[in-house]
Amino acid sequence: MSRFAVLLLALLALPAGAAEERVIAALSQKAVGITATFTGSQIFVFGAVERARLPDARDDALSVIVTISGPRRAKVVRKKERVFGVWINTESVEIDEAPSFYAVAASGPLYEVLSHTEDLRHRISIDRAMRVVGEAGEAADPLEFQEAAIRLSRSAGVYTEADDGVEIIGRTLFQTSIGLPSNLVEGDYEARVFLLRDRQVLDRFATTLEVRKVGLERFLYTLAHERSLLYGLLSVLVALLAGWGASEATRLLRR
Amino acid sequence: MQIYLPIAELSVNAFVLLGMGGLIGMLSGMFGVGGGFLMTPLLIFIGIPPAVAVATGANQLVASSVSGVLGHLRRKTVDIKMGVVLSVGGAVGSVLGVWVFSLLRALGQVELLVSLCYVLFLGVVGGLMLNESVRALRRARAGGPAKPRKHHGWIHGLPLKMRFRVSKLYISAIPPFLVGVMVGLLAAIMGVGGGFIMVPAMIYLLGMPTAVVVGTSLFQIIFVTALTTLLHATQNQSVDAILALLLIFGGVIGAQVGAALGVRIRAEQLRILLALIVLAVCIKIALDLVLTPSEPFSFGEMR
Repeated sequence: MSRFAVLLLALLALPAGAAEERVIAALSQKAVGITATFTGSQIFVFGAVERARLPDARDDALSVIVTISGPRRAKVVRKKERVFGVWINTESVEIDEAPSFYAVAASGPLYEVLSHTEDLRHRISIDRAMRVVGEAGEAADPLEFQEAAIRLSRSAGVYTEADDGVEIIGRTLFQTSIGLPSNLVEGDYEARVFLLRDRQVLDRFATTLEVRKVGLERFLYTLAHERSLLYGLLSVLVALLAGWGASEATRLLRR
Repeated sequence: MQIYLPIAELSVNAFVLLGMGGLIGMLSGMFGVGGGFLMTPLLIFIGIPPAVAVATGANQLVASSVSGVLGHLRRKTVDIKMGVVLSVGGAVGSVLGVWVFSLLRALGQVELLVSLCYVLFLGVVGGLMLNESVRALRRARAGGPAKPRKHHGWIHGLPLKMRFRVSKLYISAIPPFLVGVMVGLLAAIMGVGGGFIMVPAMIYLLGMPTAVVVGTSLFQIIFVTALTTLLHATQNQSVDAILALLLIFGGVIGAQVGAALGVRIRAEQLRILLALIVLAVCIKIALDLVLTPSEPFSFGEMR
């Protein structure tokens, strides 16, 4: 009888453990189509904390971080220096992996809700999302180049961060909105949601967002890459016809 | 109205592009220069990647040159024979130029070389033109007859003499061919049609009458830019059709306006104006080389 009671208590106590809090989320859309009139897009990310107990005061300390990352590409960062009075590119550093787009939104100031160790493990902040590994080139100070790459991407609007960008509603639900700029690159974008307490990641959730050119944009892009000679000839032909057409049009107008 | 460019992979205002095309087209119609030396820096300035700017600029120049040439053909101010000789030389020069370009790219510092080329050629050409046309204008004001241009004796000693009726010249085909090669070479390295070098070369080196220079230069530019467009489309996939269409639409209209304006302005004044524009671009590029940049870092091409 007493053994049965212990077992029952243990079973009841289990779901209350921290490990049993899970995060589930969804995006407002599964795909983004780039049309000729594409001017950017807003993606709503919303979700809930799943747990087998009622929310209580412990859950006031929960925080949520949402990131969206574009396809990763290698990039070269160059530095200009004055040589004989003229500014020329001298040093360069190859960045092995830089996301073409990166947005991070948190339910508070980033490093108040996230520890540096967890940041290193999950590569959440903008600094960590970009990776300079392998041979960093001949540069004396590779870090300076990474900082410059982030600065350039920020000013181009493709790297954004929003402290307090995630709203937590009633200890269970959360939502945020992340803006995608118009200069998007095609590919699979990864959306990640982290659930944290005491700056430690409790659970994570990931899903993909497909960004694709559609319609005319798709057609031209495919033609340019797969039938490039035909595309080139068509470009020249269109230019010749346009020039001839304009000339004829003005002649008719003058009559 | 924002429009997304499929190859450049960004969204820009369509009216800005139409306006830019119109402005460059006007210069093209007035002066017989393609305007590439203005178009390429302008496109890069509004954020178009340099490779796409160069390739698409060339495509746009095809259209504005055709539109301009047709206007000049009707006024019989195109020396087709001379244009063909120049174009043959130009084709040889472009192929040579593309080869030199890839060689220099392997050595690094292409960007610097292109800038220096711009400063040097725009500076020399602009300076010479300004000097010459100011003097011509003063002579005309003073009422004295303009001195007829004389050829250097050695040019007449060359073989392969041809009669260029429209230009009223009887000279060897070798100098125009060489001018074509030189312009094609520079055009491929600098990513422009080469009109701003071609026009003064035809006036001062070949001694062609100013009236036929513009039309003949445009005629030659069609071939050089069509070749450049094809080379870029097949090798780099960097021609953006939507960007080109918008620039073309603005450009062809501008070229007609320019051609109409050009016949109303005196040749000397036209040349002073062109010289000033050329010098302004030259000074801008020179300043960019010398002044401390606000951001010394930039993303480079993967090679």
